[in-house]
Amino acid sequence: MPTANRLVLAHIWTAFAAFGVAIVLGLWQMWVRSPLAAPLSSAENYFISVTAHGSAMAYVLTTFFIMGFGYFVAESALKTPLPYRGLGWFGFILGILGTVLVVATVLTGKATVMFTFYPPLTATPWFYLGLVMVVVGSWVWCALMLVAMARWKKTHPGQAVPLAMYATTANAVLWLWTTIGVAAELLLVVIPAAFGWTRAVDVGLTRTLFSWTLHAIVYFWLIPAYIAFYTMAPQAAGGRLFSDTMARISFILFLLCGLPVGLHHLFMDPEHSSGFKMVQMMLTVLVAVPTLLTVFTVTASLETAGRLNGGRGLLGWVAALPWKRPMVLATGLSFFMLWFGGFGGLINMSYGMNAMVHNTSWVTAHFHMIFGGSVVIMYFAIAYEIWPQLTGRSPTSLALQRAQLWLWAVGMMVLSLPWHWLGLQGQWRRVAHFDYSDPAIAWWAPWMIASLIGGAMLVVSAAMFIGNLITFHLKLQAAPPVRPMHYAVALHPGARLPSALNGFTLWNVFVLILMAAAYTYPIVQSFIINPPHAVVHRVDRAQ
Amino acid sequence: MAVDEISTVRSERIWTYAMVAVAAVMLVAIVHAGIAQHFGTPSNSIETVDPNTLHLAGEFVSENLGTRVGLDGKITTRVVTTQFAFAPDCVVVPQHMQVTLRAASPDVLHGLMIMGTNVNTMVVPGYVSQVHTVFDKTGEMLMPCHEFCGLGHSQMVARVRVVPLEDFQPDEQGRVSCADR
Repeated sequence: MPTANRLVLAHIWTAFAAFGVAIVLGLWQMWVRSPLAAPLSSAENYFISVTAHGSAMAYVLTTFFIMGFGYFVAESALKTPLPYRGLGWFGFILGILGTVLVVATVLTGKATVMFTFYPPLTATPWFYLGLVMVVVGSWVWCALMLVAMARWKKTHPGQAVPLAMYATTANAVLWLWTTIGVAAELLLVVIPAAFGWTRAVDVGLTRTLFSWTLHAIVYFWLIPAYIAFYTMAPQAAGGRLFSDTMARISFILFLLCGLPVGLHHLFMDPEHSSGFKMVQMMLTVLVAVPTLLTVFTVTASLETAGRLNGGRGLLGWVAALPWKRPMVLATGLSFFMLWFGGFGGLINMSYGMNAMVHNTSWVTAHFHMIFGGSVVIMYFAIAYEIWPQLTGRSPTSLALQRAQLWLWAVGMMVLSLPWHWLGLQGQWRRVAHFDYSDPAIAWWAPWMIASLIGGAMLVVSAAMFIGNLITFHLKLQAAPPVRPMHYAVALHPGARLPSALNGFTLWNVFVLILMAAAYTYPIVQSFIINPPHAVVHRVDRAQ
Repeated sequence: MAVDEISTVRSERIWTYAMVAVAAVMLVAIVHAGIAQHFGTPSNSIETVDPNTLHLAGEFVSENLGTRVGLDGKITTRVVTTQFAFAPDCVVVPQHMQVTLRAASPDVLHGLMIMGTNVNTMVVPGYVSQVHTVFDKTGEMLMPCHEFCGLGHSQMVARVRVVPLEDFQPDEQGRVSCADR
């Protein structure tokens, strides 16, 4: 019987509360940029809103959801109580205090630097310290995941760590590596500048350090979705996981390939040579592989379920899947969006082709499609799957859950397809208002309005989602007998797993080698050529 | 259902090889485009410049900005990106000629792109950004700042005027500016 339910609920409700506020801000931002007159429209309000939207979605929604889900998996997959639950609460409170600092500094206009910071623009130090507290809180979670897995292995010698936990721990390991870059940027460069201890910063160095974090962080966000693909969707569809080994290899590949690729965010930057950009482009190509492997294994798992359900012929199994189950539906919709998002991502990483789309709405569209679409829809599905466990109640209406998921997917397409198109035509990013009287821009108007409608659909869907979760807590349904959480088992449970696929020591050595090869010179270069530094620009005071 | 373990592993192996092959083909295409067709990234040779003295000395002093034809006939367009304007805010370039765009920032991070082209670069204080391009079509295009640089970021838009070669008439110092026409 899980004991950390309150801890899980506290985390995930924090995540979704931030999400609920941030999505309304997102809709207002689209309204401001559209040709329609929006209330409270000013450049200052707009950029405060963008900073809040980005920070809430990228740091608060993701980190708290992943932590809460991790605690849930640790207990339900390992079938043991979470060790050191009190430390889990400590990490949670640290994260909450950090979030309060971030919200307070952003809303008072003292931290309008976006969630990606952009030194030498510099906010009040309390903004960065708030983020550091969120990150340190998440490190507590990483430690607890590592301890939980290690303890289980000790008491179950020779047994394979259940896949859901193995993948969660992979994510904890990935996150520890990922945060090194941003932690170094904030602690060594940005925070000293924000306190006024240094007058100028090496901008190229800050960008390089942030790029260390910037790509792997999206895999941190994405891994819970993949855990659901592998361990929840086949179960919900009534089938088996096609291959446990392949699943482990995919998670390991994310750990290996997700990190040494951040320089692809700096293709258009002047502080790195084409050579190192090309090396990291080549490594970036490899990250397509684990996703393509996942597509195969998950599709094959669903096919198994569809055929067990009586599906015949080449594609008859698709129709035979139980689409009325929210987890199955969400997986289908997520895969659909993954094709668009993945295609966009291939364009972005294609070295020279990046010049066509860099810092255009194409990029905004890409990460909304792949994160807001493919990933967040799985966060919804995971919540629907685990809320009966956490609250001991059954859902009031699966139809409402399905309607919410459909509206989210359709809204995300309506939102982001016009953005993709406008980005390709050269609409640039991070602008509070466009001059629609300019003939080069005037034709954007209907596209902007179309995508605004998509945004409105997403807000309605988000409200439905939060409503659907609240109904669990209202005790509208009689408490059903609690059935334990069941993760999909493999079609052919492996006889004996190689120990390399049951731990992370070997893979950490590989990550170290890859990161040393990919990042040593790009970082050290700053100290060799010693570029002139740029004077700090405080955004929270008049210059 | 007749899926034995051997056929499972076999199908996985085939798929893995196929996907690695797909990745390899993409890689070859990208490298080929980057190296053989020069479809690459800006600023290969890393050049530094002091943002604090940009306006005082060197190639980015105000009288040297805009488009200039060098003694060797090479065409270079220099712009400075500042909070919250380009200097100059309009440049003239000839059609069908190789143009080198050089940009630098005295204050914070900026970025620039020329709409309808593949000219795109970040402008990082401390470094010179450089892009080579050829403009195929005449007309006026927008050159906005595409990176958040402060509250005035949205106003930061310059213009690029592409003129037929016969209308591209440098003065005795080799300069061409929007004001001349």
